[in-house]
Amino acid sequence: MNSYFSILFTEVYKILFLLVPVLVSVAMIVWLDRRVWAFVQKRRGPNVVGPFGLFQSLADALKYIFKEIIIPASSNKLVFVLAPVVTMTLALISWAVIPFGEDFVLADINVGILYLFAVSSLGVYGIIMGGWASNSKYPFLGAIRSAAQMVSYEVSIGVIIINVLLCVGSLNLSDIVMAQQNLWFVIPLFPMFVIFFISALAETNRPPFDLPEAEAELVAGYQTEYSGMMYAMFWLGEYANILLMCAMGSVLFLGGWLSPIDTFPFNAIPGPFWLIFKILFLFILFALVKATVPRYRYDQLMKLGWKIFLPFSLFYVVLTSSFLLYFDLLPGK
Amino acid sequence: MIAHSVFFYIFSLIAIISAVMVTVSKNTVHSVFFLILDFISISCLFIMIGAEFLGMIMLIVYVGAVAVLFLFVVMMLNVAEQKGQWFSSRWDGGTHIPIGLLVSLIIFFELIIVIGGWKYKPDLLNSLSINISNEITNTRSIGNVLYTDYILLFQISGMILLVAMIGAIVLTYRERAGVKRQSYVKQISRERDEGVDLVEAERNKGVKIDA
Repeated sequence: MNSYFSILFTEVYKILFLLVPVLVSVAMIVWLDRRVWAFVQKRRGPNVVGPFGLFQSLADALKYIFKEIIIPASSNKLVFVLAPVVTMTLALISWAVIPFGEDFVLADINVGILYLFAVSSLGVYGIIMGGWASNSKYPFLGAIRSAAQMVSYEVSIGVIIINVLLCVGSLNLSDIVMAQQNLWFVIPLFPMFVIFFISALAETNRPPFDLPEAEAELVAGYQTEYSGMMYAMFWLGEYANILLMCAMGSVLFLGGWLSPIDTFPFNAIPGPFWLIFKILFLFILFALVKATVPRYRYDQLMKLGWKIFLPFSLFYVVLTSSFLLYFDLLPGK
Repeated sequence: MIAHSVFFYIFSLIAIISAVMVTVSKNTVHSVFFLILDFISISCLFIMIGAEFLGMIMLIVYVGAVAVLFLFVVMMLNVAEQKGQWFSSRWDGGTHIPIGLLVSLIIFFELIIVIGGWKYKPDLLNSLSINISNEITNTRSIGNVLYTDYILLFQISGMILLVAMIGAIVLTYRERAGVKRQSYVKQISRERDEGVDLVEAERNKGVKIDA
Protein backbone atom coordinates (compact mmCIF):
# COMPACT_ATOMS: atom_id res chain seq x y z
CA MET A 1 0.00 0.00 0.00
CA ASN A 2 2.87 2.34 0.83
CA SER A 3 4.56 1.69 -2.49
CA TYR A 4 1.25 2.36 -4.18
CA PHE A 5 1.11 5.84 -2.67
CA SER A 6 4.70 6.58 -3.60
CA ILE A 7 3.93 5.58 -7.21
CA LEU A 8 0.84 7.78 -7.12
CA PHE A 9 2.89 10.67 -5.80
CA THR A 10 5.57 10.41 -8.49
CA GLU A 11 2.90 10.13 -11.17
CA VAL A 12 1.13 13.25 -9.94
CA TYR A 13 4.48 15.04 -9.92
CA LYS A 14 5.13 13.95 -13.53
CA ILE A 15 1.64 15.00 -14.62
CA LEU A 16 2.15 18.47 -13.11
CA PHE A 17 5.54 18.65 -14.82
CA LEU A 18 3.76 18.03 -18.14
CA LEU A 19 0.58 20.06 -17.65
CA VAL A 20 2.02 23.32 -16.34
CA PRO A 21 4.27 23.83 -19.41
CA VAL A 22 1.36 22.88 -21.69
CA LEU A 23 -0.91 25.47 -20.07
CA VAL A 24 1.78 28.16 -20.17
CA SER A 25 2.53 27.40 -23.81
CA VAL A 26 -1.20 27.58 -24.61
CA ALA A 27 -1.18 31.13 -23.23
CA MET A 28 1.93 31.95 -25.26
CA ILE A 29 0.51 30.38 -28.40
CA VAL A 30 -2.57 32.60 -28.24
CA TRP A 31 -0.23 35.58 -28.22
CA LEU A 32 1.74 34.10 -31.16
CA ASP A 33 -1.48 33.49 -33.08
CA ARG A 34 -2.60 37.08 -32.67
CA ARG A 35 0.88 38.39 -33.53
CA VAL A 36 1.14 36.36 -36.76
CA TRP A 37 -2.36 37.32 -37.69
CA ALA A 38 -1.55 40.99 -37.09
CA PHE A 39 1.69 40.87 -39.09
CA VAL A 40 -0.08 39.40 -42.11
CA GLN A 41 -2.58 42.24 -41.96
CA LYS A 42 0.16 44.88 -41.42
CA ARG A 43 -0.95 45.64 -37.86
CA ARG A 44 1.11 45.46 -34.71
CA GLY A 45 -0.99 43.07 -32.68
CA PRO A 46 -0.77 42.86 -28.88
CA ASN A 47 2.48 44.67 -27.98
CA VAL A 48 1.75 46.60 -24.80
CA VAL A 49 1.75 44.19 -21.83
CA GLY A 50 5.30 43.03 -21.09
CA PRO A 51 8.15 42.68 -23.62
CA PHE A 52 6.66 42.35 -27.15
CA GLY A 53 3.28 42.03 -25.47
CA LEU A 54 4.22 38.55 -24.24
CA PHE A 55 2.06 38.81 -21.13
CA GLN A 56 -1.07 39.79 -23.03
CA SER A 57 -2.64 36.36 -22.55
CA LEU A 58 -1.96 36.48 -18.81
CA ALA A 59 -3.63 39.89 -18.62
CA ASP A 60 -6.59 38.49 -20.56
CA ALA A 61 -6.81 35.50 -18.23
CA LEU A 62 -6.79 37.83 -15.23
CA LYS A 63 -9.61 39.80 -16.80
CA TYR A 64 -11.63 36.63 -17.40
CA ILE A 65 -11.15 35.46 -13.82
CA PHE A 66 -12.60 38.68 -12.42
CA LYS A 67 -15.55 38.78 -14.79
CA GLU A 68 -18.94 37.61 -13.65
CA ILE A 69 -20.00 34.11 -14.67
CA ILE A 70 -23.53 34.37 -16.01
CA ILE A 71 -25.63 31.20 -16.14
CA PRO A 72 -28.80 31.76 -18.18
CA ALA A 73 -31.98 31.19 -16.18
CA SER A 74 -33.52 28.74 -18.65
CA SER A 75 -30.32 26.77 -19.22
CA ASN A 76 -29.68 23.23 -18.04
CA LYS A 77 -27.31 24.33 -15.30
CA LEU A 78 -25.31 21.19 -14.57
CA VAL A 79 -24.61 20.43 -18.21
CA PHE A 80 -23.93 24.11 -18.87
CA VAL A 81 -21.20 24.15 -16.23
CA LEU A 82 -19.83 20.74 -17.23
CA ALA A 83 -19.33 21.62 -20.92
CA PRO A 84 -16.23 23.85 -20.60
CA VAL A 85 -14.79 21.47 -18.01
CA VAL A 86 -15.16 18.56 -20.44
CA THR A 87 -13.55 20.52 -23.27
CA MET A 88 -10.62 21.56 -21.12
CA THR A 89 -10.04 18.12 -19.55
CA LEU A 90 -10.17 16.30 -22.88
CA ALA A 91 -7.76 18.79 -24.41
CA LEU A 92 -5.28 18.20 -21.59
CA ILE A 93 -5.45 14.41 -21.06
CA SER A 94 -4.38 13.66 -24.61
CA TRP A 95 -0.92 15.13 -23.89
CA ALA A 96 -0.21 12.06 -21.74
CA VAL A 97 0.84 9.94 -24.72
CA ILE A 98 2.80 12.50 -26.78
CA PRO A 99 6.47 11.37 -26.79
CA PHE A 100 8.85 14.30 -26.29
CA GLY A 101 11.94 12.15 -26.63
CA GLU A 102 13.20 8.63 -26.28
CA ASP A 103 11.74 7.37 -22.96
CA PHE A 104 10.50 10.90 -22.32
CA VAL A 105 6.77 10.26 -22.30
CA LEU A 106 4.22 10.17 -19.50
CA ALA A 107 2.32 7.04 -20.65
CA ASP A 108 4.04 4.89 -23.28
CA ILE A 109 0.96 2.78 -24.08
CA ASN A 110 0.65 0.26 -26.91
CA VAL A 111 -2.35 1.90 -28.51
CA GLY A 112 -1.17 5.50 -28.19
CA ILE A 113 -2.44 6.66 -31.56
CA LEU A 114 -5.85 5.09 -30.93
CA TYR A 115 -5.96 6.87 -27.56
CA LEU A 116 -5.24 10.20 -29.25
CA PHE A 117 -7.88 9.50 -31.86
CA ALA A 118 -10.45 8.45 -29.26
CA VAL A 119 -9.87 11.49 -27.06
CA SER A 120 -10.04 13.87 -30.00
CA SER A 121 -13.30 12.25 -31.09
CA LEU A 122 -14.67 12.84 -27.58
CA GLY A 123 -13.85 16.53 -27.95
CA VAL A 124 -17.13 17.11 -29.77
CA TYR A 125 -19.09 16.53 -26.55
CA GLY A 126 -17.92 19.73 -24.89
CA ILE A 127 -19.32 21.66 -27.82
CA ILE A 128 -22.59 19.73 -28.07
CA MET A 129 -23.18 19.96 -24.31
CA GLY A 130 -22.48 23.68 -24.27
CA GLY A 131 -24.72 24.29 -27.27
CA TRP A 132 -27.61 22.23 -25.98
CA ALA A 133 -27.49 23.35 -22.35
CA SER A 134 -27.51 27.04 -23.28
CA ASN A 135 -31.12 26.59 -24.44
CA SER A 136 -30.77 29.25 -27.08
CA LYS A 137 -30.94 28.99 -30.85
CA TYR A 138 -27.51 30.25 -31.88
CA PRO A 139 -25.55 27.94 -29.57
CA PHE A 140 -27.77 25.04 -30.60
CA LEU A 141 -27.24 25.62 -34.31
CA GLY A 142 -23.51 26.04 -33.72
CA ALA A 143 -23.35 22.79 -31.75
CA ILE A 144 -25.19 20.84 -34.46
CA ARG A 145 -22.92 22.24 -37.15
CA SER A 146 -19.81 21.38 -35.23
CA ALA A 147 -20.96 17.84 -34.43
CA ALA A 148 -21.55 17.11 -38.11
CA GLN A 149 -18.27 18.74 -39.06
CA MET A 150 -16.11 16.95 -36.51
CA VAL A 151 -17.62 13.53 -37.21
CA SER A 152 -17.06 14.01 -40.95
CA TYR A 153 -13.44 15.04 -40.71
CA GLU A 154 -12.58 12.40 -38.12
CA VAL A 155 -13.28 9.79 -40.76
CA SER A 156 -10.61 11.13 -43.08
CA ILE A 157 -8.15 11.60 -40.19
CA GLY A 158 -8.72 7.95 -39.25
CA VAL A 159 -7.95 6.79 -42.79
CA ILE A 160 -4.82 8.97 -42.90
CA ILE A 161 -3.65 7.41 -39.63
CA ILE A 162 -4.12 3.98 -41.24
CA ASN A 163 -1.72 5.08 -44.00
CA VAL A 164 0.95 5.88 -41.44
CA LEU A 165 0.30 2.71 -39.45
CA LEU A 166 0.78 0.59 -42.59
CA CYS A 167 4.32 1.95 -42.82
CA VAL A 168 5.05 1.48 -39.11
CA GLY A 169 3.32 -1.72 -38.04
CA SER A 170 2.66 -0.49 -34.50
CA LEU A 171 0.16 1.75 -32.73
CA ASN A 172 2.75 3.01 -30.26
CA LEU A 173 3.69 6.66 -30.81
CA SER A 174 7.35 6.13 -29.92
CA ASP A 175 7.51 3.31 -32.49
CA ILE A 176 5.93 5.61 -35.06
CA VAL A 177 8.67 8.17 -34.44
CA MET A 178 11.47 5.56 -34.48
CA ALA A 179 10.19 4.21 -37.82
CA GLN A 180 10.96 7.61 -39.34
CA GLN A 181 14.66 7.54 -38.53
CA ASN A 182 15.66 7.15 -42.17
CA LEU A 183 12.82 8.94 -43.88
CA TRP A 184 10.14 11.20 -42.44
CA PHE A 185 6.71 10.09 -43.56
CA VAL A 186 6.02 13.57 -44.91
CA ILE A 187 8.06 12.62 -48.02
CA PRO A 188 6.37 9.39 -49.15
CA LEU A 189 2.97 10.38 -47.75
CA PHE A 190 3.03 14.07 -48.69
CA PRO A 191 -0.58 14.20 -50.02
CA MET A 192 -1.73 12.60 -46.77
CA PHE A 193 0.17 15.24 -44.78
CA VAL A 194 -1.65 18.01 -46.67
CA ILE A 195 -5.03 16.34 -46.10
CA PHE A 196 -4.18 15.76 -42.44
CA PHE A 197 -3.33 19.42 -42.03
CA ILE A 198 -6.60 20.57 -43.61
CA SER A 199 -8.62 18.03 -41.63
CA ALA A 200 -6.91 19.19 -38.44
CA LEU A 201 -8.05 22.72 -39.24
CA ALA A 202 -11.61 21.42 -39.59
CA GLU A 203 -11.35 19.24 -36.50
CA THR A 204 -10.28 22.13 -34.28
CA ASN A 205 -12.86 24.53 -35.77
CA ARG A 206 -10.16 26.83 -37.03
CA PRO A 207 -10.70 29.20 -39.94
CA PRO A 208 -11.52 28.58 -42.80
CA PHE A 209 -13.71 25.91 -41.17
CA ASP A 210 -14.87 27.92 -38.14
CA LEU A 211 -18.56 27.54 -39.05
CA PRO A 212 -19.64 26.44 -35.53
CA GLU A 213 -18.73 29.91 -34.31
CA ALA A 214 -19.23 31.89 -37.49
CA GLU A 215 -19.75 35.34 -36.02
CA ALA A 216 -21.56 36.68 -39.06
CA GLU A 217 -24.44 34.23 -38.74
CA LEU A 218 -24.33 32.60 -35.29
CA VAL A 219 -22.98 35.37 -32.98
CA ALA A 220 -20.34 33.11 -31.42
CA GLY A 221 -21.93 29.70 -31.95
CA TYR A 222 -21.87 27.41 -28.94
CA GLN A 223 -19.95 29.98 -26.86
CA THR A 224 -22.61 32.68 -27.14
CA GLU A 225 -24.03 32.29 -23.63
CA TYR A 226 -20.71 31.76 -21.87
CA SER A 227 -18.88 34.43 -19.99
CA GLY A 228 -15.96 34.92 -17.64
CA MET A 229 -13.81 31.97 -16.68
CA MET A 230 -16.10 29.43 -18.38
CA TYR A 231 -15.57 31.14 -21.72
CA ALA A 232 -11.84 31.24 -21.02
CA MET A 233 -11.86 27.47 -20.40
CA PHE A 234 -13.47 26.84 -23.78
CA TRP A 235 -10.84 29.06 -25.27
CA LEU A 236 -7.94 27.35 -23.50
CA GLY A 237 -9.30 23.94 -24.48
CA GLU A 238 -9.57 25.00 -28.09
CA TYR A 239 -5.97 26.20 -28.25
CA ALA A 240 -4.70 23.15 -26.34
CA ASN A 241 -6.47 21.04 -28.99
CA ILE A 242 -4.82 23.01 -31.79
CA LEU A 243 -1.41 22.47 -30.20
CA LEU A 244 -2.24 18.79 -29.83
CA MET A 245 -3.14 18.50 -33.50
CA CYS A 246 0.19 20.15 -34.36
CA ALA A 247 1.97 17.67 -32.07
CA MET A 248 0.10 14.79 -33.72
CA GLY A 249 1.11 16.05 -37.15
CA SER A 250 4.75 16.30 -36.11
CA VAL A 251 4.74 12.83 -34.58
CA LEU A 252 2.97 11.19 -37.52
CA PHE A 253 4.68 12.94 -40.41
CA LEU A 254 7.58 15.15 -39.31
CA GLY A 255 9.54 12.62 -37.29
CA GLY A 256 8.58 13.73 -33.75
CA TRP A 257 11.66 14.37 -31.65
CA LEU A 258 14.14 13.30 -34.39
CA SER A 259 16.47 15.89 -35.87
CA PRO A 260 16.20 16.49 -39.64
CA ILE A 261 19.74 15.31 -40.36
CA ASP A 262 21.56 12.98 -38.00
CA THR A 263 24.86 14.94 -37.96
CA PHE A 264 26.63 16.95 -35.30
CA PRO A 265 25.13 20.43 -35.02
CA PHE A 266 21.61 19.07 -35.40
CA ASN A 267 21.63 16.01 -33.17
CA ALA A 268 23.32 17.96 -30.36
CA ILE A 269 20.00 19.71 -29.76
CA PRO A 270 17.90 17.52 -27.44
CA GLY A 271 14.81 15.81 -28.83
CA PRO A 272 12.10 17.77 -26.99
CA PHE A 273 13.34 20.98 -28.62
CA TRP A 274 12.98 19.47 -32.08
CA LEU A 275 9.42 18.44 -31.28
CA ILE A 276 8.67 21.96 -30.01
CA PHE A 277 10.18 23.49 -33.17
CA LYS A 278 7.99 21.27 -35.33
CA ILE A 279 4.87 22.05 -33.30
CA LEU A 280 5.64 25.77 -33.63
CA PHE A 281 6.22 25.42 -37.37
CA LEU A 282 2.85 23.72 -37.84
CA PHE A 283 1.17 26.25 -35.56
CA ILE A 284 2.51 29.20 -37.56
CA LEU A 285 1.09 27.51 -40.67
CA PHE A 286 -2.27 27.28 -38.82
CA ALA A 287 -2.06 31.00 -37.99
CA LEU A 288 -1.14 31.93 -41.57
CA VAL A 289 -4.10 29.95 -42.89
CA LYS A 290 -6.36 31.80 -40.46
CA ALA A 291 -5.05 35.12 -41.70
CA THR A 292 -5.31 34.43 -45.41
CA VAL A 293 -8.18 32.08 -46.28
CA PRO A 294 -11.87 33.09 -46.38
CA ARG A 295 -14.47 30.98 -44.60
CA TYR A 296 -16.00 27.98 -46.37
CA ARG A 297 -19.71 27.62 -47.02
CA TYR A 298 -21.24 24.70 -45.13
CA ASP A 299 -22.08 22.59 -48.20
CA GLN A 300 -18.56 23.14 -49.53
CA LEU A 301 -17.18 21.92 -46.20
CA MET A 302 -19.21 18.72 -46.34
CA LYS A 303 -18.37 18.19 -50.01
CA LEU A 304 -14.66 18.56 -49.27
CA GLY A 305 -14.78 16.13 -46.36
CA TRP A 306 -16.90 13.35 -47.80
CA LYS A 307 -16.48 13.58 -51.56
CA ILE A 308 -12.82 14.59 -51.90
CA PHE A 309 -10.81 13.77 -48.79
CA LEU A 310 -12.40 10.44 -47.90
CA PRO A 311 -12.18 8.81 -51.37
CA PHE A 312 -8.69 10.17 -51.93
CA SER A 313 -7.30 8.97 -48.60
CA LEU A 314 -8.96 5.56 -49.12
CA PHE A 315 -7.31 5.38 -52.54
CA TYR A 316 -3.99 6.27 -50.91
CA VAL A 317 -4.44 3.42 -48.40
CA VAL A 318 -4.75 1.01 -51.32
CA LEU A 319 -1.75 2.62 -53.01
CA THR A 320 0.43 2.50 -49.88
CA SER A 321 -0.45 -1.07 -49.00
CA SER A 322 0.07 -2.36 -52.55
CA PHE A 323 3.38 -0.51 -52.77
CA LEU A 324 4.54 -1.99 -49.46
CA LEU A 325 3.34 -5.44 -50.51
CA TYR A 326 4.91 -5.33 -53.97
CA PHE A 327 8.32 -4.19 -52.77
CA ASP A 328 8.11 -6.46 -49.71
CA LEU A 329 8.52 -3.55 -47.29
CA LEU A 330 5.66 -4.46 -44.94
CA PRO A 331 6.79 -4.04 -41.32
CA GLY A 332 6.47 -6.61 -38.57
CA LYS A 333 7.38 -9.77 -40.46
CA MET B 1 -3.46 -5.61 -6.41
CA ILE B 2 -5.69 -3.81 -3.89
CA ALA B 3 -5.56 -0.66 -5.97
CA HIS B 4 -6.49 -2.71 -9.02
CA SER B 5 -9.62 -4.11 -7.43
CA VAL B 6 -10.54 -0.73 -5.96
CA PHE B 7 -10.45 0.77 -9.45
CA PHE B 8 -12.36 -2.20 -10.83
CA TYR B 9 -15.17 -1.67 -8.35
CA ILE B 10 -15.23 2.07 -8.93
CA PHE B 11 -15.57 1.63 -12.69
CA SER B 12 -18.17 -1.14 -12.43
CA LEU B 13 -20.18 0.89 -9.94
CA ILE B 14 -20.16 3.87 -12.31
CA ALA B 15 -21.11 1.57 -15.20
CA ILE B 16 -24.05 0.02 -13.35
CA ILE B 17 -25.34 3.27 -11.87
CA SER B 18 -25.18 5.06 -15.19
CA ALA B 19 -26.85 2.11 -16.94
CA VAL B 20 -29.72 2.42 -14.46
CA MET B 21 -29.81 6.17 -14.88
CA VAL B 22 -30.14 5.78 -18.67
CA THR B 23 -33.55 4.22 -18.17
CA VAL B 24 -34.59 6.19 -15.08
CA SER B 25 -33.77 9.78 -15.96
CA LYS B 26 -36.66 11.79 -17.32
CA ASN B 27 -34.72 14.01 -19.68
CA THR B 28 -33.77 12.05 -22.82
CA VAL B 29 -30.62 14.06 -23.39
CA HIS B 30 -29.50 13.22 -19.86
CA SER B 31 -30.13 9.55 -20.70
CA VAL B 32 -27.75 9.79 -23.62
CA PHE B 33 -25.11 11.48 -21.46
CA PHE B 34 -25.43 8.63 -18.94
CA LEU B 35 -25.14 6.16 -21.82
CA ILE B 36 -21.88 7.84 -22.81
CA LEU B 37 -20.63 7.62 -19.22
CA ASP B 38 -21.55 3.95 -19.29
CA PHE B 39 -19.60 3.35 -22.50
CA ILE B 40 -16.58 5.16 -21.10
CA SER B 41 -16.51 3.21 -17.85
CA ILE B 42 -16.93 -0.08 -19.74
CA SER B 43 -14.01 0.81 -21.97
CA CYS B 44 -12.03 1.55 -18.79
CA LEU B 45 -12.90 -1.98 -17.62
CA PHE B 46 -11.69 -3.37 -20.97
CA ILE B 47 -8.41 -1.52 -20.53
CA MET B 48 -8.08 -2.88 -16.98
CA ILE B 49 -8.23 -6.50 -18.18
CA GLY B 50 -5.55 -5.69 -20.71
CA ALA B 51 -7.76 -5.48 -23.78
CA GLU B 52 -6.63 -1.96 -24.60
CA PHE B 53 -7.45 -2.25 -28.31
CA LEU B 54 -11.08 -3.16 -27.60
CA GLY B 55 -11.36 -0.37 -25.05
CA MET B 56 -10.10 2.24 -27.47
CA ILE B 57 -12.25 0.95 -30.34
CA MET B 58 -15.22 1.07 -27.98
CA LEU B 59 -14.44 4.72 -27.26
CA ILE B 60 -13.92 5.64 -30.90
CA VAL B 61 -16.89 3.80 -32.38
CA TYR B 62 -19.55 4.03 -29.68
CA VAL B 63 -18.71 7.25 -27.88
CA GLY B 64 -17.09 9.11 -30.75
CA ALA B 65 -19.59 8.26 -33.48
CA VAL B 66 -22.70 6.31 -32.44
CA ALA B 67 -23.52 8.31 -29.31
CA VAL B 68 -22.98 11.57 -31.19
CA LEU B 69 -25.67 10.52 -33.66
CA PHE B 70 -27.92 9.44 -30.76
CA LEU B 71 -27.46 12.83 -29.16
CA PHE B 72 -28.15 14.49 -32.48
CA VAL B 73 -31.50 12.74 -32.86
CA VAL B 74 -32.51 13.08 -29.22
CA MET B 75 -31.66 16.78 -29.16
CA MET B 76 -33.90 17.30 -32.18
CA LEU B 77 -36.71 15.44 -30.40
CA ASN B 78 -36.12 17.53 -27.32
CA VAL B 79 -36.84 20.67 -29.27
CA ALA B 80 -40.25 19.19 -30.02
CA GLU B 81 -40.70 18.12 -26.39
CA GLN B 82 -40.73 21.71 -25.26
CA LYS B 83 -43.86 22.21 -27.32
CA GLY B 84 -45.45 19.31 -25.48
CA GLN B 85 -45.86 17.02 -28.47
CA TRP B 86 -43.57 14.17 -27.55
CA PHE B 87 -43.26 12.21 -24.34
CA SER B 88 -46.29 13.80 -22.76
CA SER B 89 -47.00 12.44 -19.31
CA ARG B 90 -50.53 11.22 -20.10
CA TRP B 91 -51.18 7.49 -20.05
CA ASP B 92 -51.27 6.10 -23.58
CA GLY B 93 -53.36 3.03 -22.68
CA GLY B 94 -50.35 0.84 -21.89
CA THR B 95 -49.74 -0.31 -25.47
CA HIS B 96 -45.99 -0.08 -25.02
CA ILE B 97 -45.87 -2.47 -22.07
CA PRO B 98 -46.49 -5.77 -23.97
CA ILE B 99 -43.85 -4.88 -26.58
CA GLY B 100 -41.39 -3.91 -23.87
CA LEU B 101 -42.07 -7.17 -22.03
CA LEU B 102 -41.54 -9.17 -25.24
CA VAL B 103 -38.21 -7.48 -25.96
CA SER B 104 -36.95 -7.92 -22.42
CA LEU B 105 -38.03 -11.59 -22.42
CA ILE B 106 -36.08 -12.21 -25.62
CA ILE B 107 -33.01 -10.50 -24.19
CA PHE B 108 -33.39 -12.48 -20.96
CA PHE B 109 -33.48 -15.82 -22.83
CA GLU B 110 -30.51 -14.81 -24.97
CA LEU B 111 -28.56 -14.07 -21.81
CA ILE B 112 -29.58 -17.45 -20.36
CA ILE B 113 -28.38 -19.21 -23.50
CA VAL B 114 -25.04 -17.39 -23.52
CA ILE B 115 -24.30 -17.71 -19.81
CA GLY B 116 -25.68 -21.26 -19.67
CA GLY B 117 -23.48 -22.37 -22.56
CA TRP B 118 -20.52 -20.81 -20.85
CA LYS B 119 -21.40 -22.53 -17.56
CA TYR B 120 -22.01 -26.03 -18.90
CA LYS B 121 -19.24 -26.12 -21.45
CA PRO B 122 -16.39 -24.15 -19.87
CA ASP B 123 -13.83 -25.58 -22.33
CA LEU B 124 -15.64 -23.93 -25.25
CA LEU B 125 -13.17 -21.08 -25.38
CA ASN B 126 -10.14 -23.34 -25.14
CA SER B 127 -11.39 -25.56 -27.94
CA LEU B 128 -10.93 -22.70 -30.41
CA SER B 129 -7.46 -23.03 -31.82
CA ILE B 130 -6.26 -19.54 -30.95
CA ASN B 131 -3.02 -19.55 -29.12
CA ILE B 132 -2.84 -16.54 -26.84
CA SER B 133 0.66 -15.41 -26.22
CA ASN B 134 1.79 -12.64 -23.94
CA GLU B 135 4.68 -11.68 -26.20
CA ILE B 136 2.62 -9.90 -28.85
CA THR B 137 0.30 -6.97 -28.21
CA ASN B 138 -3.39 -7.72 -28.35
CA THR B 139 -3.85 -5.42 -31.35
CA ARG B 140 -1.55 -7.72 -33.29
CA SER B 141 -3.18 -10.90 -32.01
CA ILE B 142 -6.66 -9.65 -32.99
CA GLY B 143 -5.28 -8.80 -36.41
CA ASN B 144 -3.70 -12.24 -36.72
CA VAL B 145 -7.03 -14.05 -36.41
CA LEU B 146 -9.34 -11.40 -37.85
CA TYR B 147 -7.60 -11.24 -41.22
CA THR B 148 -6.82 -14.95 -41.54
CA ASP B 149 -9.29 -17.36 -39.90
CA TYR B 150 -12.26 -14.99 -39.79
CA ILE B 151 -11.66 -13.00 -42.96
CA LEU B 152 -14.96 -14.17 -44.50
CA LEU B 153 -17.06 -13.17 -41.50
CA PHE B 154 -15.21 -9.89 -41.28
CA GLN B 155 -15.82 -9.09 -44.93
CA ILE B 156 -19.47 -10.15 -44.74
CA SER B 157 -20.11 -7.89 -41.75
CA GLY B 158 -18.46 -5.05 -43.63
CA MET B 159 -20.70 -5.78 -46.62
CA ILE B 160 -23.82 -5.79 -44.43
CA LEU B 161 -22.88 -2.41 -43.00
CA LEU B 162 -22.23 -1.05 -46.47
CA VAL B 163 -25.60 -2.29 -47.73
CA ALA B 164 -27.33 -0.79 -44.69
CA MET B 165 -25.62 2.53 -45.30
CA ILE B 166 -26.54 2.62 -48.99
CA GLY B 167 -30.11 1.57 -48.09
CA ALA B 168 -30.44 4.43 -45.61
CA ILE B 169 -29.17 6.90 -48.18
CA VAL B 170 -31.53 5.58 -50.88
CA LEU B 171 -34.52 5.67 -48.52
CA THR B 172 -33.97 9.24 -47.40
CA TYR B 173 -32.77 10.70 -50.68
CA ARG B 174 -35.25 13.00 -52.37
CA GLU B 175 -34.76 14.75 -55.67
CA ARG B 176 -35.81 18.34 -55.14
CA ALA B 177 -36.52 20.80 -57.89
CA GLY B 178 -34.91 24.19 -57.93
CA VAL B 179 -31.75 23.30 -56.02
CA LYS B 180 -28.78 25.29 -57.25
CA ARG B 181 -25.63 23.25 -57.32
CA GLN B 182 -22.15 24.60 -57.52
CA SER B 183 -20.00 23.18 -60.29
CA TYR B 184 -16.34 24.06 -59.91
CA VAL B 185 -15.60 23.02 -63.49
CA LYS B 186 -18.31 25.30 -64.85
CA GLN B 187 -17.12 28.18 -62.71
CA ILE B 188 -13.50 27.87 -63.66
CA SER B 189 -14.08 27.24 -67.36
CA ARG B 190 -16.16 30.41 -67.74
CA GLU B 191 -14.49 32.74 -70.25
CA ARG B 192 -14.61 36.47 -70.73
CA ASP B 193 -16.42 36.17 -74.07
CA GLU B 194 -19.50 34.50 -72.64
CA GLY B 195 -19.50 36.35 -69.33
CA VAL B 196 -19.08 39.97 -70.51
CA ASP B 197 -20.98 41.64 -73.28
CA LEU B 198 -20.06 45.09 -74.56
CA VAL B 199 -23.18 47.03 -75.50
CA GLU B 200 -23.39 50.35 -77.32
CA ALA B 201 -25.87 52.30 -75.19
CA GLU B 202 -28.00 54.94 -76.83
CA ARG B 203 -28.41 58.18 -74.95
CA ASN B 204 -31.54 58.67 -72.87
CA LYS B 205 -32.89 55.31 -73.95
CA GLY B 206 -30.89 52.75 -72.05
CA VAL B 207 -30.33 49.18 -73.07
CA LYS B 208 -32.73 46.31 -73.05
CA ILE B 209 -31.04 43.10 -71.98
CA ASP B 210 -32.63 39.91 -73.21
CA ALA B 211 -32.15 37.58 -70.32
